[in-house]
Amino acid sequence: MARSTVTRAQLSEAIYQEVGLSREESANLVASVLDHISDRLSDGEAVKISSFGSFSIREKAQRVGRNPKTGEEVPILPRRVVVFRASHVLKDRINQVLSSRLGERTGT
Amino acid sequence: MTKSELILRLAEQNPHLYQRDIERIVSTIFDEISGALARGDRVELRGFGAFSVKERAARQGRNPRTGESVSVPEKHIPFFKSGKQLRERVNRRQP
Repeated sequence: MARSTVTRAQLSEAIYQEVGLSREESANLVASVLDHISDRLSDGEAVKISSFGSFSIREKAQRVGRNPKTGEEVPILPRRVVVFRASHVLKDRINQVLSSRLGERTGT
Repeated sequence: MTKSELILRLAEQNPHLYQRDIERIVSTIFDEISGALARGDRVELRGFGAFSVKERAARQGRNPRTGESVSVPEKHIPFFKSGKQLRERVNRRQP
C-alpha cells in the first residue's frame, strides 16, 4: 500500500484554495491553530474539536524502565503525555471508506 | 478549549479577517486531516504530531454479558503520536 503523507504544506494549500488567503497567510494560520492547541495542552487543558476529536493530557507516574540494550534499570521520571481520542464521526468516516476498500483488496 | 473558543481566539488575533472565514479555515484544517485519514494516508505536522490509521484485524470476540461469541470485523483506528516539540512543551510547565 503506497500511502502518501499530508503535511502543513497541504493544509495551507487547502486554505489557500478554499478561503483565498495568500499562501503565506494560510501557512501562518495553520501554525496559529496548532500553536493554540499546544498552548492549551501545556497548561493542562483539554482541547475538544467537535466531529474531529479531543486532545487531553495524562499524567504518568514515575516507573522503573530498562535500557533494552544493556538491561540496566533506569528510572522513568513522572511526565505528561498528550492523548488523542477520535470522535465517533471521525472513526465512522475512516471505517466507512476503508472498509469499502476491503472488497477490492481481497480481490487482488 | 473547544472549536468555537479556538475560533474566537483566532478572530482576536486576526481582526482583518471575517469570523466566517476563520470558521472556514478551522473546518478546512480538520476536514483535510480527516479526509487524509479516511484515505488511509498519514498526516505529519512537524513539531505538533502525526496522525495515522492503524488496522485492527477481524477477531472472534465475546459478548461479556451473555458469553456468546461474536465475530468482530476488521477495524481502522485513528492514532495520534505527539511530536517532539509538543512533548517538550507539555512537560516544561509542571504544576
